[in-house]
This record gives sequence, structure tokens and C-alpha cells, in this order.
Amino acid sequence: MGGGEPREGRADLALRVEALEAILREKGLIDPQAVDGLIRAFEQDIGPMNGARVVARAWVDPAYKARLLSDATAAIAELGFGGPQGDQMVVVENTPQVHNVVVCTLCSCYPWPVLGLPPAWYKSPAYRARVVREPRAVLAELGLELSGDVAIRVWDSSAEVRYLVLPERPPGTESLGEDELAARVTRDAMIGVSKATGGG
Amino acid sequence: MLDSEGRAAPPRRNGEFVFEAPWQSRLFGITMALHQAGRFEWEEFRALLIEEIARWERAAAGRPDAEWSYYQRWQAALERLLARKGLYGEAELADRAQALAARPPGHDH
Repeated sequence: MGGGEPREGRADLALRVEALEAILREKGLIDPQAVDGLIRAFEQDIGPMNGARVVARAWVDPAYKARLLSDATAAIAELGFGGPQGDQMVVVENTPQVHNVVVCTLCSCYPWPVLGLPPAWYKSPAYRARVVREPRAVLAELGLELSGDVAIRVWDSSAEVRYLVLPERPPGTESLGEDELAARVTRDAMIGVSKATGGG
Repeated sequence: MLDSEGRAAPPRRNGEFVFEAPWQSRLFGITMALHQAGRFEWEEFRALLIEEIARWERAAAGRPDAEWSYYQRWQAALERLLARKGLYGEAELADRAQALAARPPGHDH
């Protein structure tokens, strides 16, 4: 044998999770159908489309936008979104002078009710460490080149506060309705690593 | 209800699969189900997850080949949490995983 250190393979991880579920089920600690339902909810029902609804409403309704910026949790609940990891929401607004970007430096805190679960890159050690130190460079690598006179604010999510970026409404979208606008709002725009997609 | 397809479904346009493997979604679902059943406070889990991530980052420093797996860290955190709660014995889990591994090919799903 090669004498290398034993490695914990992915197959072993899958077995360990399967074993864990079986034990918890037998002890009556979890209901497999509840587990199925939770997975389905996060894969299908809870996702960035919720946040896109919030952003589109804010773009067309100035009074809603004002409520969103002053008490995001309540304004988001008006549209029916809330729940775990969304108790303390703060919405930060992008302007021509200020660009906001969100990270969780310690783990992966993220506003689940409005964005679903975070993408892999959001959880990566590289993004979490670098976006704080050199946000302009990281954003450029992600395809967002900001001019030098735009200030960048980095918001570190925590257990207490989850941030959502309110992107700028793209030019050329004046005639669009709320549903069409929502379709322009991407997950990445609400994390702050891209902009909402423009007209056309 | 919200559209999950069509024009009002922006996430599918720049989305990616939330989970990279079935065991990751099971792990997530198990964790959420236990939390919803009141078995632990989320913050307690989060603190362990932070520890596990930091532990990996310390171990990975200077080892560019170290393989990052977010849900592996999640699993380590959950196992520590459940052991702390005394919900099962460590040997129990290891034995069961071993038994599952011993299934004949074709019966491992």
C-alpha cells in the first residue's frame, strides 16, 4: 500500500449523512417527509425571485421603497416573505456614487427568505476573505468594473443582520411593469456583485 | 404564488444548483428539520459552523491543494452539535455508516 494518509472521501460523507438520517428517523427525531419538504422548498419555492419582487416593487413604488430602507424586515414581510435567516433584514441602496456589496466573513450568513441559499462562490474562503480587503478588484474579477469615483461599501452579514442590495433601476426600463422589472433583477445584483440587467 | 418559470423567474437565469450532491441537500434538510423541531438554537449551530470553517482555513494555510467543501464543514458542525446534545452515540453513527458501506453493489441507494 502507498502509505498515504487515509482520506475522507465524498462517498464516505454521503454514507455518514445517510446513517445520520436513518438514526434520527428511528429515534423519532426527524420526519423524512418534513426533510423532503424543506429541501423542496429551498430548491424550488424560496429563492432570488422573492428578492427580485421586493426590488421591483421598490423601483415602482416610492412609498414602498422608503419603508424598505427604513424597516426592511417589515417591508419584505408585506410581500409575504420571511422566516428563518430573515428576521433582521437591512436593505442598502446603490446609487450612482455608492455601490454596496454583501459578504459573510465568518461563515455564510445570507438572507434566505429573499435569496434562497447562497451560491458556492459566496461561501468560498477566497470571496469571504478578499472582498473586504480589495472589493474593487474582486468585483472586477466577477465582471463588474466600477469607475474610480464610485465608492464601494462592503457589508458583513452576521447572525444579527442580513443585508440585501437594492440595485439601481437600469436605464431604458421606464415602460416596464413590475413583473418585467423583477425579471431584470438577478441574484448577483442583490448580493452586489453585478448590476440589474438593462433595457432591450 | 410565485412563478418558478417564465419571465418572473430571474434566479434561473443566473442561478446554479443550490446543492452539488444529494447528500448535501439531505444534510441541509436534516439540519433544518431538527432546528424546526426545537432540537437546537440556530446560533448554537452557526457558532460551530464558524469554528469548523476556521479550523479548515487554518489547516489549509500553505496547502494550496487542500480541498474546500462547505457542506463537509456543515456536516462536521452538525455532528459536533448532535453529539453535544447527546442525541446519539458516536459509535452508533460510525457503525451504521459502516453497515451501509457493506451493502452489496446496486443496493447503495
